[in-house]
Amino acid sequence: MSARLSLLQAFFFLLRRDLLLALRNRAEYAVPLLFFVLVITLFPLALGAEPRLLERIAPGIIWVAALLASMLSLESIFRSDFDDGSLEQILLSAHPVGVLVLAKVGAHWLVTGLPLLIVAPLLAEMLGVDARAQPILLLTVLLGTPVLSLVGAIGVALTVGLRKGGIILSLLVLPLYVPVLIFAASAVDNAAQGFDVSAPLYMLLAFLFLSLSLSPWATAAALRMSAS
Amino acid sequence: MSTTALLESRDLSCTRNDRLLFDHLEFALSPGEMLVVEGPNGCGKTSLLRILTGLRLADGGEVLWRGEAIDRLAGDYYEQVAYVGHHDGVKLELSCLENLRLARAMGIPSSEDLDDVLERVNLYAYGESEVGSLSAGQKRRLALARLLATESLLWILDEPFTSLDKASIELFAGLFERHLLADGVIVVTSHHEMDLPTRAVRHLDLGARQ
Amino acid sequence: MFLWFHKLGSPPHFYRIAGKWIPWLGWIFVVLLAAGVYGGLIEAPTDYQQGESYRIIFVHVPAAWMSLFIYMAMAVCGLVIVVWRMKLAEVVLISSAPIGASFTFLALVTGSLWGKPMWGTYWVWDARLTSELILLFLYLGVIGLHNAIDDKRVAARAVAILTIVGVINIPIIHYSVEWWHSLHQPASLSKFDKPSMPPSMYVPILIMALAFQVYYGLALFQKCRAELLLRERNSKWVEEL
Repeated sequence: MSARLSLLQAFFFLLRRDLLLALRNRAEYAVPLLFFVLVITLFPLALGAEPRLLERIAPGIIWVAALLASMLSLESIFRSDFDDGSLEQILLSAHPVGVLVLAKVGAHWLVTGLPLLIVAPLLAEMLGVDARAQPILLLTVLLGTPVLSLVGAIGVALTVGLRKGGIILSLLVLPLYVPVLIFAASAVDNAAQGFDVSAPLYMLLAFLFLSLSLSPWATAAALRMSAS
Repeated sequence: MSTTALLESRDLSCTRNDRLLFDHLEFALSPGEMLVVEGPNGCGKTSLLRILTGLRLADGGEVLWRGEAIDRLAGDYYEQVAYVGHHDGVKLELSCLENLRLARAMGIPSSEDLDDVLERVNLYAYGESEVGSLSAGQKRRLALARLLATESLLWILDEPFTSLDKASIELFAGLFERHLLADGVIVVTSHHEMDLPTRAVRHLDLGARQ
Repeated sequence: MFLWFHKLGSPPHFYRIAGKWIPWLGWIFVVLLAAGVYGGLIEAPTDYQQGESYRIIFVHVPAAWMSLFIYMAMAVCGLVIVVWRMKLAEVVLISSAPIGASFTFLALVTGSLWGKPMWGTYWVWDARLTSELILLFLYLGVIGLHNAIDDKRVAARAVAILTIVGVINIPIIHYSVEWWHSLHQPASLSKFDKPSMPPSMYVPILIMALAFQVYYGLALFQKCRAELLLRERNSKWVEEL
């Protein structure tokens, strides 16, 4: 009788599986990204394309759009697995569910958060974000989007068993997103005006560590609740 | 209770939507025994099975594996359990082999080659095919193939023979016999009659307890 | 001691005890409310800066305190539910949510009513008001999630997890909003800050806070009894009532 896989092996196995599934469902993941670009485009259309105005509100717009796009893509973390019974199999695995959750959330971020890193600089140019602020913008996206995935996963886990889960998901998750929004947007804003950015960036880093250590367990507990 | 009991339930109770489904449920299964849970729809068969797997919390009492409560055993219990419920638990976008490899990663891999496992459930030809292209019966056979891909003493099966034809049912009945012969334990609910003349089959009628 | 706690957790026992307490709580609430209103409206002096309209703080401040206190209480219930699955904790949590939401709403309304005579607008993006608004969303999330799940015991587990996650986030959100406010608003003193107050001002606030606490107990007991009847309607002790 062979032994079960090590935790690390199981982690990477699940991560690879989810990346493979994302690859075979490419269309589903392209939509939130397009939505991100679309929402940002709406603002100049609504407010007028005056460069100084756009430059002033750009960090906020980009981050609000990032939040909304993240919300759109969240359901994909667990819904498919819930519907076809794979989630039960993951909950019944020999490995701690929190680590497996981390693998799934990691895959989600690689597929939804990382692409924002590529698109964000383009949008920053379009909105006229100051050159000083652009690297800071990328840094906030790098630090902030994993937090969005981790915290959002808790919300998805709580609502995946509901018929109309998506509706209440936004109500649950957006208040929890507010701190990331505040510090990320103000970091970019500060950078554009030449002020110190270390305080908000450290806060984002703190959020990242906090959510990495706590959210997998909350998510696992919520998944067990949804599956029962 | 027998000291050689593998799976035991003690004073188990379950409520759903404020209604009591069953309480004071007690049974013990020794190696080589199969428990068939019967009763009308809605009497709690699926809930009982899910409580035994640990997916659902009992509202009272406990489930013991080798004398220890399963919520304390956690991963050590789960690696001994193979569960096939109403859903097949397979990803449609992956191939049969990819699905079985994942099942192995989650539990204890059996020593059999995966191609042989597929051969035994008559899915050898579909190893690399996407599960989405299979029929309902073939998907069900793949779900049950999980039982062979992993080493698990306890099989918990909820209506395993849905969508299966008579030949497939006989095939799996044979696999059940072999599992019981190897001192495994099975808990199953099924509308289909299973012919296992040589094995110790116990029956639990939840409907009669109302 | 532990036995008393265990006995309290039994639904029929709690139902009886709570029933006995309700009339007493009702009277105590009325007395405290009268004392607080008298102290606030009549005894407390006119504020030299804000005139008479500041008096709304006698409702606003205690209401804001209650909105936070009740969420904390819900989080404690959440912990009890997750660890011990105590039925009474489930009932207390879900019965507290609408009461807490109402206090939050009251705090928001009185806060904005305070704003109107001062600055001409009903809403200012003050740090505390903004935090209260987010707290209201947290409450609505709990109520919404609980309503969306059919099985009440499963729903209780869900909101238990949600309130625990929420309570960890409340200080984070509060700090973030304070930080945001200090960045974007001019450096004037926050309108809702209370500089040092004479006893004639803070005593009525404390009395009102106590009155609101008693009201919480009163409303909670009433709601819990109703919820217990609903949940246990198929059990023997309810049939015997």
